[in-house]
Amino acid sequence: MAALSIRTLSKRYANLEVLKGINLDIESGEFTVLVGPSGCGKSTLLNIVAGLDRPSAGTIEIGGRVVNDVEPKDRDIAMVFQSYALYPSMTVRQNITFGMECRHVPKAEQEAALANVARLLQIEPLLGRKPSQLSGGQRQRVAMGRALVRDPLLFLFDEPLSNLDAKLRVEMRMEIKRLHQRIGATIVYVTHDQIEAMTMATRIAVMHHGEVQQFADPDTVYRYPANLFVARFMGSPPMNTMKARLEAEDGGPVVVIGAGRPDEARLRLQGYDAAASFVGRDIVVGIRPECIAEGNRGFSGACGAPVVVNAPVEMVEPTGAETIVLLRLGGESALARIAPDIRPVPGERAAFALDTRRICLFDPETERLIA
Amino acid sequence: MPGVVRRLPEHLTIWVPLLLSAAHLVSFSLWTIWISFTPSTLVPVSGWVGLRNYTAVMATRNWKIAFDNLLLFGSAFVLLSLVAGLVLAILLDQRIRGENALRSIFLYPLAVSFVVTGTVWSWLLNPGLGIQKLVQDLGWTSFRFDWLVDRDMAIWTIVIAAIWQSSGFAMALFLAGLRSVDADLVKAAQIDGAGPIRMYRRVILPTLWPITITVIVIQLQFAISTFDLVRALTNGGPGLATQLPALVVYDLMFQRGLLGRGAAAAVLMLLILLAVLLPYAAWRYLQRRRASHA
Amino acid sequence: MRDRTFAPSRMLIYLVVLLVAVAYLVPLIVVVLNSLRSNEEIAQTSMIGWPLRWAFGNYLTAWSDFCVAQTCAGIRPYMLNSALVTIPATIFSTLLGAVAGYAVSLWRFRGDQWIYGIVTLGIFLPQQMRLLPWTIVLRDMGLMNTLTGLVMIHTIQGLSFTVLFCRNYYVSVPQELIRAARIDGAGFFRIFWRIILPLSPPILVVTVIWQFTHIWNEFLYGVTFTTGQQQPVTAALIALSAAVADIPQNGVQSAAVMIAALPTLLIYLIGGKYFVRGLTAGAVK
Repeated sequence: MAALSIRTLSKRYANLEVLKGINLDIESGEFTVLVGPSGCGKSTLLNIVAGLDRPSAGTIEIGGRVVNDVEPKDRDIAMVFQSYALYPSMTVRQNITFGMECRHVPKAEQEAALANVARLLQIEPLLGRKPSQLSGGQRQRVAMGRALVRDPLLFLFDEPLSNLDAKLRVEMRMEIKRLHQRIGATIVYVTHDQIEAMTMATRIAVMHHGEVQQFADPDTVYRYPANLFVARFMGSPPMNTMKARLEAEDGGPVVVIGAGRPDEARLRLQGYDAAASFVGRDIVVGIRPECIAEGNRGFSGACGAPVVVNAPVEMVEPTGAETIVLLRLGGESALARIAPDIRPVPGERAAFALDTRRICLFDPETERLIA
Repeated sequence: MPGVVRRLPEHLTIWVPLLLSAAHLVSFSLWTIWISFTPSTLVPVSGWVGLRNYTAVMATRNWKIAFDNLLLFGSAFVLLSLVAGLVLAILLDQRIRGENALRSIFLYPLAVSFVVTGTVWSWLLNPGLGIQKLVQDLGWTSFRFDWLVDRDMAIWTIVIAAIWQSSGFAMALFLAGLRSVDADLVKAAQIDGAGPIRMYRRVILPTLWPITITVIVIQLQFAISTFDLVRALTNGGPGLATQLPALVVYDLMFQRGLLGRGAAAAVLMLLILLAVLLPYAAWRYLQRRRASHA
Repeated sequence: MRDRTFAPSRMLIYLVVLLVAVAYLVPLIVVVLNSLRSNEEIAQTSMIGWPLRWAFGNYLTAWSDFCVAQTCAGIRPYMLNSALVTIPATIFSTLLGAVAGYAVSLWRFRGDQWIYGIVTLGIFLPQQMRLLPWTIVLRDMGLMNTLTGLVMIHTIQGLSFTVLFCRNYYVSVPQELIRAARIDGAGFFRIFWRIILPLSPPILVVTVIWQFTHIWNEFLYGVTFTTGQQQPVTAALIALSAAVADIPQNGVQSAAVMIAALPTLLIYLIGGKYFVRGLTAGAVK
């Protein structure tokens, strides 16, 4: 059963169309992340699902029930906010039980639910405190406790980690993921951080300009981005995208970057049958930085030797765990992630190995993935 | 619409007070404007006399004097309280000891009613009771300070009392402005070698001009509607020497029973006020637009 | 803390500031001293002087024996009138303003911003524009010369200020708090009562002080819509000045002025910080 179904949902404010015909089906127990740059409509979508905002058109079903005209409190949802939205004048205990108090849940039941959640989140010692006496991470926990105690059909998270510092964010990320695995809840999670999306989601919906660009599991989104926007948005550093030509050679496709230049790069591809109709035409080629490595690297699972090119190095950024190199490939610039102990000299040429099995080809007109 | 019925209590508590407030403002203004075009005297009557009430009011010596007095009182009071407020604010901004106590002293007159202020100053400025009497009793028998009964100077007694009452307000706003000057700006100027005088003239005071305009407008608004203070201090006298528009309105409406003319005088007051407020509103609007474009 | 030495320029600053402070205090000191001097002593010298014999009886006379407009009950009934107008009007206008300010800042209702804009115009509209309509409305409602009428006027007119104060305070409350509470199942009033009101003491203190001071000190409506025994104390003071013009009783009069000014002065002494906040909040709207 779909826990959440969104059908042809749109939202406009005056002349501004924020959401354009969104369709999403989210299965029970899934951890869905809505990710996209600010202004892509992801938070509006979440607010509409929560019932805090009204759609201009379309329907929302939660647990098989159309909830367009149902008040937020009756939608069987819980929400965790970016600012945590803890009630400043109430203690942690009151913050967590306030919803049950509003629903007239008997005191004994409230206490039992509270004890349960407090144990799960390890916030028992904090119950008597006010939000102002808590650290950022503790507030985050209490906000989750307030949502968990409700035991809803659907959890909504609105950028809950973006107010935390980097270290705490990583910890809380793991904790939320562990929580999901433990209680098997259905979660819709909004973030602009693609790493959060990749690490936590069972499925990712990438949004841009009020539309869902791609809705798939993290590996698919990463390996087969549906279009150039997704390709450039997911991954850090992002996928290299370069203008190129597709040619045929010995019956197989060859990507030519900087065709006709003395330093043109020719990348022979295996497979990629779907690209046959683009032979002889301009395309955009996408190569992830980790698919460009130092010249003597062998890529795991490769049956033949990788394609090796000799390319000029423009800049070198050692990060400790790896070295990021900005190089020129047929006149186009590209980023490579090479071994940390290898430091090419800027201004000179160096050999790079390319993993051509993981290259993406895009139609330059529609920007969609060809193969 | 069950939703509306269920939410009726909240709609009632919100809308009844707001609508009462908004409705009384709009309808009372229109009502007074309407009366100003009728021949009403002791009771409001319908009828239309065009601008006759206005021309009649503006032709009286009473109104002309009140208007001239307002110009003099308004500009003198606003200018002097502005200067006093700014000087006090700058002095208090020098990290002096007892700043809180001093600030409280400069501001306490604002908590007192104009009636009390007027009464007290009427004693101090009364030549037979106050300062003049004191100095003469001390031996300087030729000392004269009798502005209260001097037709040419009486308006200045209103200025003195008004400044005493509300220059603290200008000080409070200026001080808040001085305290919100960007600390980095001051540090940068110090590094550039600016001394205290240059610092104020070139760096700090230029950031205060939006506050200055706000102070001017609020003080002008106060000056235009001044009533209680004059009632208690001079009651418009001696003769008509301290007559002000607000007193003319009251006199026409409730002492002479000329409602139409009284209403016309009230509308004239409103127009004077609008002449101050509308440019201010336009200026605020432009400021805000510029800020949102920047 | 950077400059504890008394350079000549700093001495000058202190000198000027202290002189001005004394000038600001003189009227208060004069009235306090006069309220403790006998009428005869003042008549023989001037209003400015140290009491030769302390006349504490002035306060008793001013409070309960003084004659204003043919009745000799002192200033007490007028103080009571002022209290009976000021306290209810302050409470009503503050509570209604808080709810309305909460509604226009944290909820969206159709047309609320328009209404809010009109209501705040009341801050600028001169009282003279409302005098005649109020006269007619009060007469038709049978509330002329009643304290109830004044309470109604001050409540409705005070809303312009109270709604403005509370709205400007509540806009800084994060919207997410309201959203969280709505998902928790709280409605308009429960959110106000349980979440917003506990956050409100600072602004409620500012609003109450502002309203109390303004209504207590108000004169024009008091003198226009009430007469004789129904007048608030500001109007009574003016009547008193007129009544004693022939036989000066400056000692007793000073005591009466002190009594009339005392409530707002006390509030200023106790809550001066909030009083100033109200002043500046109204100004930098």
